[in-house]
Amino acid sequence: MIGVIDYDAGNIRSVLNALEWVGASARLIGQTAEMDECRGLVLPGVGAFRSAMDELEATGLADGLREWASHRQRPLPGVCAGMQLLAARGEEGGACDGLGLANAEVIRITPVAPARVPHIGWNEVVRYRDAVLWGPRQQAFCYFAHSYAMTFGDPAERSRWVVGETDHGGAIVAMIEHGNVMGAQFHPEKSQKDGLAILRNFVEAAERW
Amino acid sequence: MVRKRLVVSLLWRNGVIVQSVGFRHTNVVGDPKVAIEFFNAWDADEIVLLDVTRDAGRPERFLAMLHHVSKHCFLPLTAGGWVADVARAQLLLENGADKVVVNTRGFDEPAFLGELADKFGAQCVVASIDVRGQDRETWQVAVDRGRRPTGVDPVSAARRAAEHGAGEILLTSIDQDGSLKGYDLDLVRTVADAVDIPVIAFGGVGDWRHLKDGIDAGADAVAAGNIFHFTEQSTRAAKTYLIDAGAPVRPR
Repeated sequence: MIGVIDYDAGNIRSVLNALEWVGASARLIGQTAEMDECRGLVLPGVGAFRSAMDELEATGLADGLREWASHRQRPLPGVCAGMQLLAARGEEGGACDGLGLANAEVIRITPVAPARVPHIGWNEVVRYRDAVLWGPRQQAFCYFAHSYAMTFGDPAERSRWVVGETDHGGAIVAMIEHGNVMGAQFHPEKSQKDGLAILRNFVEAAERW
Repeated sequence: MVRKRLVVSLLWRNGVIVQSVGFRHTNVVGDPKVAIEFFNAWDADEIVLLDVTRDAGRPERFLAMLHHVSKHCFLPLTAGGWVADVARAQLLLENGADKVVVNTRGFDEPAFLGELADKFGAQCVVASIDVRGQDRETWQVAVDRGRRPTGVDPVSAARRAAEHGAGEILLTSIDQDGSLKGYDLDLVRTVADAVDIPVIAFGGVGDWRHLKDGIDAGADAVAAGNIFHFTEQSTRAAKTYLIDAGAPVRPR
Protein backbone atom coordinates (compact mmCIF):
# COMPACT_ATOMS: atom_id res chain seq x y z
CA MET A 1 0.00 0.00 0.00
CA ILE A 2 1.27 3.45 -1.00
CA GLY A 3 -0.18 6.43 0.84
CA VAL A 4 -0.71 9.82 -0.76
CA ILE A 5 -0.83 12.63 1.78
CA ASP A 6 -4.15 14.43 1.45
CA TYR A 7 -4.17 17.97 2.72
CA ASP A 8 -7.14 19.40 0.97
CA ALA A 9 -6.15 21.33 -2.12
CA GLY A 10 -4.85 20.84 -5.61
CA ASN A 11 -4.57 17.90 -7.92
CA ILE A 12 -3.89 14.93 -5.67
CA ARG A 13 -5.93 12.59 -7.83
CA SER A 14 -3.35 12.64 -10.64
CA VAL A 15 -0.74 11.18 -8.31
CA LEU A 16 -3.16 8.49 -7.18
CA ASN A 17 -4.09 7.65 -10.78
CA ALA A 18 -0.46 7.37 -11.84
CA LEU A 19 0.50 5.17 -8.87
CA GLU A 20 -2.33 2.80 -9.69
CA TRP A 21 -1.31 2.80 -13.35
CA VAL A 22 2.19 1.57 -12.44
CA GLY A 23 0.71 -1.22 -10.36
CA ALA A 24 0.59 0.13 -6.81
CA SER A 25 -2.44 -0.01 -4.60
CA ALA A 26 -2.71 3.54 -3.34
CA ARG A 27 -4.98 5.52 -1.05
CA LEU A 28 -5.27 9.01 0.37
CA ILE A 29 -3.89 9.52 3.85
CA GLY A 30 -5.44 12.34 5.86
CA GLN A 31 -4.29 11.38 9.38
CA THR A 32 -1.02 10.30 10.92
CA ALA A 33 -2.57 7.11 12.30
CA GLU A 34 -3.27 5.90 8.77
CA MET A 35 0.41 6.00 7.83
CA ASP A 36 1.23 2.75 9.65
CA GLU A 37 -0.05 0.40 6.98
CA CYS A 38 1.84 2.14 4.15
CA ARG A 39 5.02 0.87 2.53
CA GLY A 40 5.74 4.32 1.15
CA LEU A 41 4.26 7.81 1.38
CA VAL A 42 4.01 10.37 -1.40
CA LEU A 43 3.81 14.03 -0.42
CA PRO A 44 2.15 15.75 -3.39
CA GLY A 45 2.52 19.42 -4.12
CA VAL A 46 -0.31 21.80 -3.61
CA GLY A 47 -0.36 25.59 -3.47
CA ALA A 48 2.07 27.93 -1.84
CA PHE A 49 4.75 26.74 0.61
CA ARG A 50 3.43 28.58 3.62
CA SER A 51 -0.23 27.67 3.28
CA ALA A 52 0.74 24.03 2.66
CA MET A 53 2.94 23.94 5.78
CA ASP A 54 0.21 25.62 7.84
CA GLU A 55 -2.17 22.89 6.77
CA LEU A 56 0.32 20.07 7.45
CA GLU A 57 1.17 21.45 10.90
CA ALA A 58 -2.49 22.05 11.82
CA THR A 59 -3.48 18.48 10.98
CA GLY A 60 -0.48 16.91 12.70
CA LEU A 61 0.61 15.43 9.39
CA ALA A 62 3.87 17.41 9.52
CA ASP A 63 5.00 15.62 12.70
CA GLY A 64 3.76 12.33 11.32
CA LEU A 65 5.92 12.83 8.23
CA ARG A 66 8.99 13.79 10.27
CA GLU A 67 8.50 10.71 12.43
CA TRP A 68 7.97 8.53 9.36
CA ALA A 69 11.16 9.83 7.72
CA SER A 70 13.41 9.47 10.75
CA HIS A 71 12.03 6.41 12.57
CA ARG A 72 10.04 4.39 10.06
CA GLN A 73 12.77 4.74 7.50
CA ARG A 74 10.47 3.93 4.62
CA PRO A 75 10.50 5.87 1.33
CA LEU A 76 9.03 9.36 1.34
CA PRO A 77 9.06 11.08 -2.05
CA GLY A 78 7.81 14.65 -2.35
CA VAL A 79 6.39 15.78 -5.68
CA CYS A 80 6.75 19.36 -6.97
CA ALA A 81 5.80 21.67 -4.08
CA GLY A 82 5.80 18.48 -1.97
CA MET A 83 9.54 18.11 -2.60
CA GLN A 84 10.02 21.74 -1.60
CA LEU A 85 8.27 21.12 1.73
CA LEU A 86 11.03 18.68 2.67
CA ALA A 87 13.37 21.68 2.96
CA ALA A 88 14.21 23.60 6.14
CA ARG A 89 12.71 26.87 4.97
CA GLY A 90 10.59 28.45 2.25
CA GLU A 91 9.66 32.01 1.33
CA GLU A 92 6.55 31.60 -0.81
CA GLY A 93 3.63 33.32 0.90
CA GLY A 94 5.96 34.62 3.66
CA ALA A 95 9.07 33.08 5.28
CA CYS A 96 8.21 29.80 6.97
CA ASP A 97 9.81 26.61 8.27
CA GLY A 98 9.41 23.46 6.22
CA LEU A 99 9.56 19.83 7.32
CA GLY A 100 13.31 20.24 7.82
CA LEU A 101 14.25 16.87 6.35
CA ALA A 102 16.68 18.38 3.81
CA ASN A 103 19.10 21.13 4.76
CA ALA A 104 17.92 23.40 1.96
CA GLU A 105 15.89 26.50 1.27
CA VAL A 106 13.21 27.16 -1.30
CA ILE A 107 13.50 30.51 -3.05
CA ARG A 108 12.00 32.21 -6.07
CA ILE A 109 13.63 31.51 -9.42
CA THR A 110 15.19 34.68 -10.81
CA PRO A 111 14.24 35.08 -14.47
CA VAL A 112 17.30 35.14 -16.73
CA ALA A 113 16.16 35.99 -20.28
CA PRO A 114 15.09 34.24 -22.40
CA ALA A 115 13.97 31.93 -19.59
CA ARG A 116 10.55 32.86 -18.27
CA VAL A 117 9.15 32.35 -14.76
CA PRO A 118 7.12 30.32 -13.89
CA HIS A 119 9.20 27.52 -15.37
CA ILE A 120 6.38 25.71 -17.17
CA GLY A 121 6.81 22.87 -19.63
CA TRP A 122 8.93 19.87 -20.50
CA ASN A 123 12.60 19.96 -19.71
CA GLU A 124 15.47 17.51 -19.71
CA VAL A 125 16.50 16.10 -16.36
CA VAL A 126 20.16 15.09 -16.29
CA ARG A 127 21.30 12.29 -14.03
CA TYR A 128 23.81 13.39 -11.43
CA ARG A 129 24.32 10.09 -9.70
CA ASP A 130 22.66 6.72 -8.99
CA ALA A 131 19.37 6.82 -7.14
CA VAL A 132 16.35 4.64 -6.46
CA LEU A 133 14.22 7.08 -8.45
CA TRP A 134 16.49 6.85 -11.48
CA GLY A 135 16.87 3.08 -11.60
CA PRO A 136 18.80 2.26 -14.78
CA ARG A 137 17.51 5.39 -16.57
CA GLN A 138 20.14 7.93 -17.64
CA GLN A 139 17.97 10.97 -18.36
CA ALA A 140 14.33 11.93 -18.60
CA PHE A 141 12.06 14.54 -20.14
CA CYS A 142 9.62 15.73 -17.53
CA TYR A 143 6.90 18.34 -17.04
CA PHE A 144 7.71 21.22 -14.69
CA ALA A 145 5.38 23.94 -13.37
CA HIS A 146 6.94 26.09 -10.63
CA SER A 147 8.22 29.55 -9.71
CA TYR A 148 10.27 28.50 -6.68
CA ALA A 149 13.16 26.07 -6.49
CA MET A 150 15.21 24.23 -3.87
CA THR A 151 18.72 25.52 -3.17
CA PHE A 152 21.48 24.15 -0.96
CA GLY A 153 23.78 26.69 0.70
CA ASP A 154 26.35 24.04 1.59
CA PRO A 155 28.00 22.28 -1.41
CA ALA A 156 28.48 19.10 0.64
CA GLU A 157 24.74 18.98 1.41
CA ARG A 158 24.01 19.64 -2.21
CA SER A 159 26.07 16.70 -3.43
CA ARG A 160 24.55 14.52 -0.69
CA TRP A 161 21.02 15.27 -1.92
CA VAL A 162 20.87 16.25 -5.57
CA VAL A 163 20.54 13.33 -7.99
CA GLY A 164 19.12 15.16 -11.02
CA GLU A 165 19.25 18.67 -12.44
CA THR A 166 17.59 20.62 -15.19
CA ASP A 167 18.46 23.91 -16.83
CA HIS A 168 16.24 26.94 -17.16
CA GLY A 169 18.34 30.09 -17.26
CA GLY A 170 20.68 28.31 -14.80
CA ALA A 171 20.77 24.95 -13.03
CA ILE A 172 17.61 23.94 -11.16
CA VAL A 173 17.46 21.08 -8.66
CA ALA A 174 15.11 18.58 -10.28
CA MET A 175 15.49 15.38 -8.25
CA ILE A 176 16.79 14.73 -4.74
CA GLU A 177 17.40 11.57 -2.76
CA HIS A 178 19.12 10.84 0.51
CA GLY A 179 18.30 7.52 2.15
CA ASN A 180 14.53 7.18 2.27
CA VAL A 181 13.77 10.86 1.68
CA MET A 182 13.46 11.80 -1.99
CA GLY A 183 11.71 14.17 -4.32
CA ALA A 184 10.97 15.40 -7.81
CA GLN A 185 10.52 19.07 -8.63
CA PHE A 186 8.70 18.08 -11.83
CA HIS A 187 5.41 16.19 -12.02
CA PRO A 188 6.24 12.51 -12.65
CA GLU A 189 2.51 11.75 -12.71
CA LYS A 190 2.19 14.12 -15.67
CA SER A 191 5.39 13.24 -17.51
CA GLN A 192 4.13 10.29 -19.53
CA LYS A 193 6.45 7.28 -19.82
CA ASP A 194 9.53 8.94 -18.32
CA GLY A 195 7.63 10.13 -15.26
CA LEU A 196 5.73 6.87 -14.83
CA ALA A 197 9.05 4.97 -14.92
CA ILE A 198 10.34 7.13 -12.06
CA LEU A 199 7.16 6.48 -10.05
CA ARG A 200 7.46 2.77 -10.78
CA ASN A 201 11.03 2.80 -9.43
CA PHE A 202 9.72 4.29 -6.21
CA VAL A 203 6.84 1.81 -5.90
CA GLU A 204 9.11 -1.18 -6.46
CA ALA A 205 11.64 0.14 -3.97
CA ALA A 206 8.90 0.70 -1.39
CA GLU A 207 7.77 -2.92 -1.72
CA ARG A 208 11.22 -4.32 -0.92
CA TRP A 209 12.38 -1.58 1.48
CA MET B 1 16.08 25.43 -21.32
CA VAL B 2 12.46 24.41 -21.14
CA ARG B 3 11.13 23.09 -24.45
CA LYS B 4 8.38 24.66 -26.54
CA ARG B 5 5.07 22.89 -26.04
CA LEU B 6 2.65 21.45 -28.55
CA VAL B 7 -0.79 22.00 -27.02
CA VAL B 8 -4.09 20.46 -28.06
CA SER B 9 -7.02 22.69 -27.29
CA LEU B 10 -10.33 20.87 -26.96
CA LEU B 11 -13.57 22.83 -26.87
CA TRP B 12 -16.28 21.02 -24.94
CA ARG B 13 -19.88 22.02 -25.45
CA ASN B 14 -22.83 20.20 -23.90
CA GLY B 15 -20.93 16.93 -23.64
CA VAL B 16 -19.12 16.80 -26.96
CA ILE B 17 -15.96 18.25 -28.48
CA VAL B 18 -16.69 20.86 -31.15
CA GLN B 19 -14.75 22.79 -33.77
CA SER B 20 -14.74 26.56 -33.79
CA VAL B 21 -14.55 29.28 -36.44
CA GLY B 22 -14.44 32.88 -35.22
CA PHE B 23 -15.74 31.61 -31.86
CA ARG B 24 -18.81 30.08 -33.53
CA HIS B 25 -19.03 26.37 -32.96
CA THR B 26 -19.35 24.33 -36.07
CA ASN B 27 -18.81 20.59 -36.38
CA VAL B 28 -19.17 18.15 -33.56
CA VAL B 29 -15.92 16.21 -33.38
CA GLY B 30 -16.87 13.59 -30.86
CA ASP B 31 -16.27 12.09 -27.48
CA PRO B 32 -13.77 13.84 -25.17
CA LYS B 33 -12.47 10.58 -23.67
CA VAL B 34 -11.53 9.15 -27.05
CA ALA B 35 -9.89 12.43 -28.07
CA ILE B 36 -7.81 12.58 -24.90
CA GLU B 37 -6.72 8.96 -25.16
CA PHE B 38 -5.47 9.58 -28.66
CA PHE B 39 -3.62 12.79 -27.84
CA ASN B 40 -2.12 11.20 -24.74
CA ALA B 41 -0.62 8.54 -27.00
CA TRP B 42 0.39 10.85 -29.85
CA ASP B 43 3.17 13.01 -28.44
CA ALA B 44 1.13 16.07 -27.50
CA ASP B 45 2.74 18.01 -24.62
CA GLU B 46 -0.40 19.37 -22.97
CA ILE B 47 -4.16 19.32 -23.33
CA VAL B 48 -6.40 22.31 -22.71
CA LEU B 49 -10.08 21.55 -22.14
CA LEU B 50 -12.52 24.45 -22.19
CA ASP B 51 -16.23 24.43 -21.38
CA VAL B 52 -17.55 26.68 -24.16
CA THR B 53 -21.21 25.88 -23.52
CA ARG B 54 -23.25 29.08 -23.77
CA ASP B 55 -25.26 30.39 -20.85
CA ALA B 56 -23.30 29.50 -17.71
CA GLY B 57 -21.73 26.28 -18.93
CA ARG B 58 -22.61 22.82 -17.69
CA PRO B 59 -20.56 22.82 -14.49
CA GLU B 60 -21.48 19.40 -13.09
CA ARG B 61 -21.30 17.60 -16.39
CA PHE B 62 -17.96 19.20 -17.27
CA LEU B 63 -16.51 18.15 -13.91
CA ALA B 64 -17.72 14.58 -14.34
CA MET B 65 -16.12 14.47 -17.80
CA LEU B 66 -12.85 15.90 -16.45
CA HIS B 67 -12.78 13.39 -13.62
CA HIS B 68 -13.34 10.58 -16.09
CA VAL B 69 -10.82 11.60 -18.78
CA SER B 70 -8.04 12.53 -16.35
CA LYS B 71 -7.82 8.98 -14.98
CA HIS B 72 -5.54 7.82 -17.76
CA CYS B 73 -4.14 11.14 -18.85
CA PHE B 74 -0.46 11.32 -17.92
CA LEU B 75 0.31 14.63 -19.47
CA PRO B 76 -0.65 18.05 -18.17
CA LEU B 77 -4.32 18.87 -18.37
CA THR B 78 -5.46 22.48 -18.22
CA ALA B 79 -9.15 23.24 -17.76
CA GLY B 80 -11.39 26.28 -17.82
CA GLY B 81 -14.55 27.96 -18.98
CA TRP B 82 -16.93 29.72 -16.57
CA VAL B 83 -14.34 29.97 -13.79
CA ALA B 84 -15.65 32.85 -11.70
CA ASP B 85 -14.68 31.90 -8.14
CA VAL B 86 -11.99 30.07 -6.18
CA ALA B 87 -14.37 27.22 -5.39
CA ARG B 88 -14.86 26.44 -9.08
CA ALA B 89 -11.09 26.47 -9.66
CA GLN B 90 -10.60 24.11 -6.74
CA LEU B 91 -13.24 21.73 -8.11
CA LEU B 92 -11.47 21.64 -11.48
CA LEU B 93 -8.16 20.85 -9.77
CA GLU B 94 -9.69 18.18 -7.55
CA ASN B 95 -11.21 16.53 -10.59
CA GLY B 96 -8.02 16.20 -12.55
CA ALA B 97 -6.95 19.60 -13.88
CA ASP B 98 -3.35 20.68 -13.30
CA LYS B 99 -3.93 24.30 -14.24
CA VAL B 100 -6.98 26.52 -14.46
CA VAL B 101 -7.88 28.91 -17.29
CA VAL B 102 -9.60 32.15 -16.33
CA ASN B 103 -10.99 34.66 -18.77
CA THR B 104 -13.78 37.18 -18.09
CA ARG B 105 -13.57 37.51 -14.31
CA GLY B 106 -9.77 37.74 -14.46
CA PHE B 107 -10.18 40.68 -16.83
CA ASP B 108 -13.00 42.44 -14.99
CA GLU B 109 -11.40 41.90 -11.59
CA PRO B 110 -7.67 41.16 -11.94
CA ALA B 111 -7.42 40.71 -8.16
CA PHE B 112 -9.20 37.40 -8.73
CA LEU B 113 -6.05 36.13 -10.46
CA GLY B 114 -4.09 37.03 -7.33
CA GLU B 115 -6.58 35.22 -5.14
CA LEU B 116 -6.11 32.07 -7.21
CA ALA B 117 -2.31 32.46 -7.25
CA ASP B 118 -2.21 32.85 -3.46
CA LYS B 119 -4.12 29.64 -3.00
CA PHE B 120 -2.76 27.43 -5.79
CA GLY B 121 0.45 29.15 -6.90
CA ALA B 122 0.92 31.32 -10.00
CA GLN B 123 2.02 28.29 -12.07
CA CYS B 124 -1.56 27.05 -11.78
CA VAL B 125 -3.26 30.17 -13.14
CA VAL B 126 -3.63 30.69 -16.90
CA ALA B 127 -5.10 34.04 -17.94
CA SER B 128 -6.98 33.64 -21.20
CA ILE B 129 -7.01 36.74 -23.39
CA ASP B 130 -9.19 36.76 -26.50
CA VAL B 131 -8.37 39.47 -29.01
CA ARG B 132 -10.47 40.95 -31.81
CA GLY B 133 -8.91 42.89 -34.69
CA GLN B 134 -6.14 42.19 -37.15
CA ASP B 135 -3.44 44.76 -36.42
CA ARG B 136 -2.14 46.93 -33.60
CA GLU B 137 -4.51 49.73 -34.51
CA THR B 138 -7.60 47.56 -34.13
CA TRP B 139 -6.61 44.94 -31.52
CA GLN B 140 -8.82 44.92 -28.47
CA VAL B 141 -9.57 42.36 -25.79
CA ALA B 142 -13.06 40.86 -25.89
CA VAL B 143 -14.57 38.97 -22.93
CA ASP B 144 -17.76 36.99 -22.28
CA ARG B 145 -16.83 34.36 -24.88
CA GLY B 146 -15.67 37.07 -27.25
CA ARG B 147 -19.00 38.86 -27.31
CA ARG B 148 -18.13 41.92 -25.21
CA PRO B 149 -15.43 44.18 -26.67
CA THR B 150 -13.55 46.05 -23.94
CA GLY B 151 -11.51 48.64 -25.83
CA VAL B 152 -8.41 47.48 -23.88
CA ASP B 153 -5.30 46.59 -25.87
CA PRO B 154 -3.89 43.07 -25.40
CA VAL B 155 -0.49 44.24 -24.11
CA SER B 156 -2.05 46.16 -21.21
CA ALA B 157 -4.32 43.23 -20.42
CA ALA B 158 -1.44 40.72 -20.47
CA ARG B 159 0.82 42.89 -18.30
CA ARG B 160 -1.97 43.50 -15.83
CA ALA B 161 -2.75 39.77 -15.62
CA ALA B 162 0.91 38.95 -15.00
CA GLU B 163 1.23 41.63 -12.32
CA HIS B 164 -1.79 40.27 -10.50
CA GLY B 165 -0.53 36.70 -10.37
CA ALA B 166 -1.24 34.87 -13.63
CA GLY B 167 1.49 32.36 -14.41
CA GLU B 168 0.74 32.04 -18.09
CA ILE B 169 -1.19 33.76 -20.89
CA LEU B 170 -3.42 31.85 -23.32
CA LEU B 171 -3.54 34.31 -26.23
CA THR B 172 -6.27 33.75 -28.80
CA SER B 173 -6.98 35.75 -31.93
CA ILE B 174 -10.72 35.56 -32.53
CA ASP B 175 -10.28 36.79 -36.10
CA GLN B 176 -7.81 34.00 -36.88
CA ASP B 177 -9.81 31.29 -35.09
CA GLY B 178 -10.81 28.66 -37.62
CA SER B 179 -9.28 30.63 -40.51
CA LEU B 180 -6.54 28.05 -41.20
CA LYS B 181 -4.29 31.03 -42.05
CA GLY B 182 -2.00 30.73 -39.05
CA TYR B 183 -1.59 32.73 -35.83
CA ASP B 184 -1.68 36.51 -35.72
CA LEU B 185 2.11 36.49 -35.48
CA ASP B 186 2.44 40.18 -34.77
CA LEU B 187 0.07 39.76 -31.83
CA VAL B 188 2.02 36.77 -30.51
CA ARG B 189 5.33 38.61 -30.83
CA THR B 190 4.01 41.80 -29.25
CA VAL B 191 2.48 40.11 -26.21
CA ALA B 192 5.37 37.63 -25.70
CA ASP B 193 7.81 40.59 -25.71
CA ALA B 194 5.69 42.50 -23.21
CA VAL B 195 5.56 39.91 -20.39
CA ASP B 196 7.99 37.60 -18.55
CA ILE B 197 5.53 34.75 -18.11
CA PRO B 198 4.97 32.04 -20.75
CA VAL B 199 2.57 32.76 -23.62
CA ILE B 200 0.49 30.09 -25.37
CA ALA B 201 -0.51 31.09 -28.92
CA PHE B 202 -3.90 29.93 -30.17
CA GLY B 203 -6.17 30.52 -33.14
CA GLY B 204 -5.75 29.89 -36.85
CA VAL B 205 -3.44 26.92 -37.34
CA GLY B 206 -4.14 25.29 -40.71
CA ASP B 207 -0.74 23.85 -41.47
CA TRP B 208 2.07 22.41 -39.31
CA ARG B 209 4.25 25.26 -40.56
CA HIS B 210 2.05 27.69 -38.62
CA LEU B 211 3.12 26.01 -35.37
CA LYS B 212 6.76 26.68 -36.21
CA ASP B 213 5.88 30.28 -37.12
CA GLY B 214 4.28 30.72 -33.68
CA ILE B 215 7.40 29.40 -31.95
CA ASP B 216 9.61 31.67 -34.06
CA ALA B 217 7.41 34.63 -33.09
CA GLY B 218 8.21 33.96 -29.42
CA ALA B 219 5.37 31.75 -28.17
CA ASP B 220 6.36 29.33 -25.40
CA ALA B 221 3.61 26.96 -26.42
CA VAL B 222 1.65 26.59 -29.63
CA ALA B 223 -1.95 25.44 -29.44
CA ALA B 224 -4.35 24.25 -32.07
CA GLY B 225 -7.72 22.56 -32.10
CA ASN B 226 -9.48 22.01 -35.38
CA ILE B 227 -6.44 20.76 -37.30
CA PHE B 228 -5.82 17.96 -34.82
CA HIS B 229 -9.25 16.42 -35.29
CA PHE B 230 -10.16 13.87 -37.94
CA THR B 231 -6.55 12.99 -38.72
CA GLU B 232 -4.89 9.80 -37.52
CA GLN B 233 -1.86 10.50 -35.30
CA SER B 234 -2.21 14.22 -35.96
CA THR B 235 -0.18 15.50 -33.01
CA ARG B 236 2.53 12.95 -33.76
CA ALA B 237 2.78 14.29 -37.31
CA ALA B 238 2.89 17.85 -35.96
CA LYS B 239 5.64 16.95 -33.49
CA THR B 240 7.65 15.23 -36.21
CA TYR B 241 7.30 18.34 -38.39
CA LEU B 242 8.54 20.59 -35.57
CA ILE B 243 11.51 18.35 -34.79
CA ASP B 244 12.50 18.18 -38.46
CA ALA B 245 12.14 21.97 -38.71
CA GLY B 246 14.60 22.36 -35.82
CA ALA B 247 12.13 23.71 -33.25
CA PRO B 248 13.26 23.15 -29.62
CA VAL B 249 10.46 20.77 -28.62
CA ARG B 250 10.40 17.68 -26.42
CA PRO B 251 11.78 14.76 -28.45
CA ARG B 252 9.49 11.88 -29.30
